[in-house]
Amino acid sequence: MARKIMDSALLVHRLHFAFTVTFHYLFPQLTMGLAPLIVVLKTLALRHNNPRYDEAARFWAKIFGINFVLGVVTGIPMEFQFGTNWSHFSRYAGGVIGQTLAMEGVFSFFLESAFLGLFLYGAKRLSPRAHWWSAVAVCAGAWLSGFFIVATDAWMQHPVGYAPSPGGGLQLASFWELMLNPWAWWQYAHTMSGAVVTGAFVMVSTGAFYLLWGKWTEHAKLFVKIGVIAGVIASVVQLFPTGDGQGRMIALHQPVTLAAMEALFTGQPGAPLVILGQPNVEEKKIDNPLVVPEMLSFLTYKRWHAHIDGLDAFPKDQWPDNIPLLYYSYHIMVGLGTIFIAEMLVACLLLWNGSLYRARWMLWILMLSLPFPYIANTAGWMTAELGRQPWLVYGLMRTADGYSKLVSAANGWFTLLGFFGIYTLLGILFLFMLRRTIEQGPEGEVSHPPLTAGGN
Amino acid sequence: MGTIWFCIVAVMLAAYVVMDGFDLGAGIIYLVVAKTSADRQRIHKAIGPVWDGNEVWLLAAGGTLYFAFPQLYASGFSGFYLPLMIVLWLLMLRAIGLEFRHHIENPVWQGFLDVVFSVSSMLLAIFFGAALGNVIRGVPLNQDGYFFLALWTNFKVSALPGVLDWYTIMAGVVALVTLTVHGALYIAIKTEEELSLRARAVAVVLWPLQFFLTCSSLAATYFIRPQLMNNYENHPIGLLVPLLVFASLGVMIWASPKGKEKLAFVASGTYITAMLVGAVFALYPVVLPSSGDPANSLTIANSLAGEHGLRVGLVWWSLGMVLAVGYFVFLYRMFRGKVRLEEPGY
Repeated sequence: MARKIMDSALLVHRLHFAFTVTFHYLFPQLTMGLAPLIVVLKTLALRHNNPRYDEAARFWAKIFGINFVLGVVTGIPMEFQFGTNWSHFSRYAGGVIGQTLAMEGVFSFFLESAFLGLFLYGAKRLSPRAHWWSAVAVCAGAWLSGFFIVATDAWMQHPVGYAPSPGGGLQLASFWELMLNPWAWWQYAHTMSGAVVTGAFVMVSTGAFYLLWGKWTEHAKLFVKIGVIAGVIASVVQLFPTGDGQGRMIALHQPVTLAAMEALFTGQPGAPLVILGQPNVEEKKIDNPLVVPEMLSFLTYKRWHAHIDGLDAFPKDQWPDNIPLLYYSYHIMVGLGTIFIAEMLVACLLLWNGSLYRARWMLWILMLSLPFPYIANTAGWMTAELGRQPWLVYGLMRTADGYSKLVSAANGWFTLLGFFGIYTLLGILFLFMLRRTIEQGPEGEVSHPPLTAGGN
Repeated sequence: MGTIWFCIVAVMLAAYVVMDGFDLGAGIIYLVVAKTSADRQRIHKAIGPVWDGNEVWLLAAGGTLYFAFPQLYASGFSGFYLPLMIVLWLLMLRAIGLEFRHHIENPVWQGFLDVVFSVSSMLLAIFFGAALGNVIRGVPLNQDGYFFLALWTNFKVSALPGVLDWYTIMAGVVALVTLTVHGALYIAIKTEEELSLRARAVAVVLWPLQFFLTCSSLAATYFIRPQLMNNYENHPIGLLVPLLVFASLGVMIWASPKGKEKLAFVASGTYITAMLVGAVFALYPVVLPSSGDPANSLTIANSLAGEHGLRVGLVWWSLGMVLAVGYFVFLYRMFRGKVRLEEPGY
């Protein structure tokens, strides 16, 4: 049995996409989250005659630039893999999702890449106002890009606006239905506020590091202040309304997914919310449970005694195929999200009464929080994608029918191992450069600009 | 409608080859013409602000291909699985070589990254040429419209070829030389004095080879797929395209030695476009020919997306292209002129 699983081409193709997309999304979540914060800094720089704002913007543009390059080079494989590894899916659904994927290329990539060149290289050639506009254009490109990708995924979660085509696949029936898919808009809002959480935490964490170090403290205070304000807003928005809206979409269109996320094996009125515990799929129960009675019913339908369907209400071939991993992803996301709100609220209170910059214990907490938004965002995407299983296009095409039948497991492993290698190299280089940029600090002229050919 | 999208995808791919082509060419000549650290910085600075935007044309062309011809995308990308994955890795290595150099002062590591940048640019040029060669030669499509190609079999052009055979390797070499010249001319425009002269010399020295390869690749194409001449016989106006190929070659050898690099660069871009248009004109309306049973070939008709989507697409594509061309004109105007090292970046 074990041998059979390891030989399965389906498994390799799933791992291939999962690994490359997980690694990829480490970078766009920061660029999308950081972009509006850089616009804020550039706006402050335009309004006030204080060089600190421009220095801060330049510093974050460097970090942005490094992440952007990594996002682009790891993003190209995503587009390719629709064809290389998931060709049967592409043939079936390309007539619909080709819209959003091509629009991403035409509308956001050009905008983002052309203006990033101007933003990073053109400080001296552009007027301050034109330079501000190039920052806005980069931000708009990043956020548009996010929309088209989320709209593509949302269509796979909740297909709309399609019709069967003569060739046996699907074709677009209504452009506006595709664009106005309610699932897409909730998921987009939730994804983008998640990205801002990452951007804000990275900014706060860097500021806290400088304050604890005692270097560049004036810049550091600015980073902490802007990051905490953005962070408190984004982490609350992450829970309500966006997380709540996303949850209602799942309850409405993927009830079996909701049951699996909560590991609710038996349907019941007044269903409990599981805080901790391990789902035991064989015995259909939670081991070591810690639950809040009736809370799940309330959160889902705003009524304490509402009936929630359990997994037993659905045929087993409709169940997501990895319930424990789905359950953990969802609980990690929600658990971390709750902690973020509490942490940012405390930081905000300290900021308000003026003691945050001296509260070393809080600065330590803020600094060490850096990895957790990345974990939460990753867990969120795992929840969405594992929750969609066993479907590739929900209710229409199963994942097992979508991969490239002529690409063998051996070829899949060959390239997956190649990606392991090259992404390890990329990851090491990335961390090395990030550490170097942060330790050089935000002050003064840049001695070794990023992305440029020289400068000195 | 199918023909319109066929042309659109071809134009976008040509735009990619012409624009990222000079970045690749700059990478290929990088180790040869840039003798000093300052020279290397100048080349980096000449392509630094634009290479990423140029590479986006590949993504946008790929996205548009996916949108208009999903069947072709599915079949072609899964069939060319191995070479495409290698192209992805090479694109990553090129980006590493280009972008990470300035974060590492150590000359040992800088030298290493320089080689990574140059070698990956070289291999990319060869692979892109070989890819075009594969599309012209045809692939072993089955009745469902799928295939899978090994990287190589016996290097012969047969019904069951590999990605690399003598014909596609030849196409790869044509692309290598063409893009080397193209990049050399770009560097000659963007730099001054010795570096510019050395880059120009590369373009001049390689011209006879480029001319020879152009002739032999056209002959070889006729030899392996004589049916590609059908469109030219039925529509003799198409013969203007090979005429343009040779005319631009003529302009290049006339202009380069005189120091008219801009004219030579435009001619080189025209040459690349004409070569691609010539291939596309010959293939039409086939988009991916079968190397076995011609009935299995993918054509515009059997790989096109649905009508409604394509009509909507025409609206947003036109809008998007107007914007994109606007950005690019603005970007290139901003960075026009020779590169100067004293001017810092951000």
